[in-house]
Amino acid sequence: MATTTPTRDAYVPPPRRPQKEKPSERRQLWRSRLWRFDDKASPYAYIAPFFLVFGAFGLYPLLYTGWIALHRVSMTGLDSMEWVGWENFDKILHDPEFWTSVSNTFLIGVISTVPQLLMALGIAHLLNYRLRASTFWRTIILTPYATSVASAALVFALVFRADGGLLNWTLGLVGFDPVNWANGHWTSKLAISVIVIWRWTGYNALIYLAAMQAVPNDLYEAASLDGASRWQQFLKVTIPSLRPTILFTIVISTIGSMQLFGEPLLLEGGTLGATGGNENQYETLSIYLYNYGWNLGHLGPAAAVAWAMLALLLLIAAVNWLIGRAVRTSDSAVRRGATR
Amino acid sequence: MRITRSGAGRRRRTAIVATTGLTVTALLLTGCGGSSDSGSKGADADGNITLTVADFGQFGYKEAGLFEKYHELNPKITVKEDTTAEEKNYYPKLLQQLNSGSGLADVHGIEVGRIKEIADTKADSFADLSKVIDVNEWVSWKAKQATAPSGAVIGAGTDIGPMSLCYNRELFEKAGLPTDRAEVAKRTAGGWEDYLALGEEYKKKAPAGTYFMDSASAMFNAVVSSSPEQYYDASGKPVYKESASVQKGWDLAAEAASKKLTQGLAQFEDQWQAALRKSTVATVVCPAWMAGQISTYAGDANKGKWDITSAPGATAANWGGSFLAVPKSGKNVEEAAKLVKWLTAPEQQAAVFKAIGVFPSNQGAYELPDVKSATLPYFNDAPIGQIYADGAKSIPEAVLGPKDGVIKDSISTQINNMEQRGTEPDAAWDAAVRTVDKAIG
Repeated sequence: MATTTPTRDAYVPPPRRPQKEKPSERRQLWRSRLWRFDDKASPYAYIAPFFLVFGAFGLYPLLYTGWIALHRVSMTGLDSMEWVGWENFDKILHDPEFWTSVSNTFLIGVISTVPQLLMALGIAHLLNYRLRASTFWRTIILTPYATSVASAALVFALVFRADGGLLNWTLGLVGFDPVNWANGHWTSKLAISVIVIWRWTGYNALIYLAAMQAVPNDLYEAASLDGASRWQQFLKVTIPSLRPTILFTIVISTIGSMQLFGEPLLLEGGTLGATGGNENQYETLSIYLYNYGWNLGHLGPAAAVAWAMLALLLLIAAVNWLIGRAVRTSDSAVRRGATR
Repeated sequence: MRITRSGAGRRRRTAIVATTGLTVTALLLTGCGGSSDSGSKGADADGNITLTVADFGQFGYKEAGLFEKYHELNPKITVKEDTTAEEKNYYPKLLQQLNSGSGLADVHGIEVGRIKEIADTKADSFADLSKVIDVNEWVSWKAKQATAPSGAVIGAGTDIGPMSLCYNRELFEKAGLPTDRAEVAKRTAGGWEDYLALGEEYKKKAPAGTYFMDSASAMFNAVVSSSPEQYYDASGKPVYKESASVQKGWDLAAEAASKKLTQGLAQFEDQWQAALRKSTVATVVCPAWMAGQISTYAGDANKGKWDITSAPGATAANWGGSFLAVPKSGKNVEEAAKLVKWLTAPEQQAAVFKAIGVFPSNQGAYELPDVKSATLPYFNDAPIGQIYADGAKSIPEAVLGPKDGVIKDSISTQINNMEQRGTEPDAAWDAAVRTVDKAIG
């Protein structure tokens, strides 16, 4: 008996029992059309749910935020919007608090992302050795990631409390004076970074670990035959093989630190949290947005901040891409040199 | 195995139909969810009704057992309270709920700093309570505050905040200051300048680690709220930059900060609560409702150590006080309005006053023995009924503005900066103006 396998390009008539009546030519044609339509259209139907959801919860809010950013809208009268053009952008760009929060966001981003990714690399490297109970360690490493921002931030808020906090108590045992962590310009940023690092290091370590395990073993073999030490192997084999993964984690962490909200909001909580400290010393862009929109009640400038954040992210992405390209070209130049 | 073209095709079509069906069902379900139960009038088969009251801070109904009592009087009605600790978190949530029209409770508490904004912009969302309640029972300015431009009264006054001074007798004694109520009142009879002078005297012999006052922002609020003109003028224009009372309050606060008479704590937040627990502050500027806060956070260990006397210079001022409003969109608007009427009636306000010291806004309550001869055991049996009733009569009718709450918060933050970080008064004022102008603008 003939066996046919489905192909994507042409209609192959289905096998028919010869003794049955032939379907009419028209019906044949109709079925063929229907088949072709099914072939062409059904993939769109399959991916449609994503685009519908994305349109409703991603694209539409994005565009609508842009629309709001060009209007004067207050929390107390959402239905009365008044066109103001670029005034909201003008307002936030001339607000020193905006620039404070931009620099805070970057500073906190740097002092949280850099140590976090370095530590993640180290941890991943350790986990990559043959270990007893390796699954256990890997799970342990990931648990901070599984806690919610709110609970992590609240616990750390207790640790960093000026008055009776765990950290100050420990410092007191060693003989240091208590530090008002949330009150200082650097100490508050440091405290927030610690929360971020604690939560995300394990996640990045696991991503690095997965990438490390995909590095072919013969590279290491060859390296050790050449007399490379473990450290040299790590630097010369592991790191270069991980480059795309490292780029990926940098992008993800950058986006994450751009949106940093829960940790600074809850470090002190209440009135101070909503303004990022009494001198806005740890106010991030998201806090600034929240304060402008929800406490001060003006959604126009808040929406403008959201778009400014998007613009900043695109800028960072562009820089990232340029650096990535520069690294790649210099890299391939080196390789070309080596083969010559 | 034999795979035929038609077989696979049929399976695929089934899959499409199933997926489409599911999607459509999901959309229908989510689309219709909001309105499916709107016809039920909010009562179950037996006519039982649950009313929710959303409020913030401490309204005192739980402490006075009023919700249980209402249930006893009206067995078919159960009242549930949903309390947000800080008003600052509560209000944006309320606005969001009003905007989206969902998540609203049957009764909502609204603070005096917000009532003007709500009355100006959201009056349509609330029931007119003047049809149910005789608003003339309240102190005259209370009803005016909650009256919308259309004439509807959208909030029933729960309480007012006549001013007094709470002080810690034990600390006063250790610092060699008089502890007797009348004596303390006499020492501060000249007004807030006297109060600061008393603070300097306290500082000379103060027990280690204690401060004369918790926060200069409280003094600022007291000074501003004793004036008819505060942050806005009668035409609704913000005048906080020129306002004499704001200027006076700010200067006094700056003086207190520079003389280090205050611990510089943000009121109601963790460290402030801890300061009360550990008795590190000797005085707290005390609108009537503050007494409840002090007894809550200072706790049983400090019972009897505190006392209450009249405010410096016998300042007649109103700081705070709230309203209960009934959203129109509720399922039981009528029953909710009845509950509000009952809760704000003289007897119930007197019960709340007795329980936590929140002073009635209903004048009918002032003659009740529970109010007139009330004393607070926690505060060394201070005769609060008499102290507050004296102050309540001469409170000026203040002009409210839509952003009073934010203005007060922003200025308080900067006063704390002067106290805690030693920010120069001019720089602090500029920072306050920047935030306030953003809020107004």
